[in-house]
Amino acid sequence: MGKRYFLPKKTLFVIGALLIFLSIVMSGFERKPAFDKGESQRDSVTSVNAFMKVYQVLMSPRCMNCHPSGNVPLQGDDNHLHTMLPQRGKDGKGVYAMKCANCHQPENTPGLHTPPGNPNWHLPPADMKMVFQGKTPHELAKQLVDPKRNGQKNMAKLIEHADDGLVLSGWNPGEGRTLPPMSHDEFKKYWLAWIKNGAYAPAP
Amino acid sequence: MVTLNINNKTYNLEVDAATPLLWVLRDVIGLVGTKYGCGVAQCGACVVHLNGEAVRSCVTKVSRAVGQKVITIEGLSEKNDHPLQKAWLELDVPQCGYCQSGQIMSAAVLLRENKNPTDEDIDAAMAGNICRCGTYLRIRKAIHLAADIQQKTKNG
Repeated sequence: MGKRYFLPKKTLFVIGALLIFLSIVMSGFERKPAFDKGESQRDSVTSVNAFMKVYQVLMSPRCMNCHPSGNVPLQGDDNHLHTMLPQRGKDGKGVYAMKCANCHQPENTPGLHTPPGNPNWHLPPADMKMVFQGKTPHELAKQLVDPKRNGQKNMAKLIEHADDGLVLSGWNPGEGRTLPPMSHDEFKKYWLAWIKNGAYAPAP
Repeated sequence: MVTLNINNKTYNLEVDAATPLLWVLRDVIGLVGTKYGCGVAQCGACVVHLNGEAVRSCVTKVSRAVGQKVITIEGLSEKNDHPLQKAWLELDVPQCGYCQSGQIMSAAVLLRENKNPTDEDIDAAMAGNICRCGTYLRIRKAIHLAADIQQKTKNG
């Protein structure tokens, strides 16, 4: 009987299964990091896992309600259209007698159902809407690192943005409003992990 | 002690800095043309101008108005002859009248920023002013008329 040069069927099956598994895992990540920080700091798995935590916060009402897909801000945990239908306006600060700061004071107004406040209360401007509503993790990650769609922010500016006053106000929303699903410290930890490991986008 | 400029007049008042501007206007100074409606910035009855913007005085602390310029319905014009006031009279806009000073103060910002507003512009500007008598159609008509009056006054 001649010598057999073929691998046993069982071995072939295991190798095949491994290859399929690896291809599925690898397809879950964009190969190209959004920011080139050198090979040593790239870690697509850590980056994508961190972004999925970031995504939970960005899609929470405290963040998404001011990043609507239309030109009217949202309200409440059900993201309904803001009562009175205030318009975004060119600069994101409202129009005519319906400017954000007419009701939203520099600080939260006491009591339930009163306007939350911040000295810089506004929506993104009309020429840079930075929509969160309806975006998949892939779409939102891609948008956040694109200077043409993120307000001309480079990596340093994006890192700083975690401590922006309006971002922080999401954790001080006024009486009767739910908080984002994690603390700001945790959010910032994941935000930095996402960016510093390459700001990879999850698979589409 | 706070110092306020209201309708181009200076007031030195012993009030808590956290007092809503509306309380100071009505109860301390006696300018009662501005109305209390909901108290939570939902209805627009309390609109006054703070540096020209249509703020809701029920949620605006008086401290925000210190050093700024406040105009109430009483100070909108010297002889009650603002184009909006003329149009309101001509078309007999109010029914009960409670919301009307807020309506006029909001409309004044619209007409300052948009000399010839469309129905859509008016709706966008006035959506925060509620009228329980439902005078909305007359309000809209009066704003168009006021825009005409304003234009003629400017040209005349």
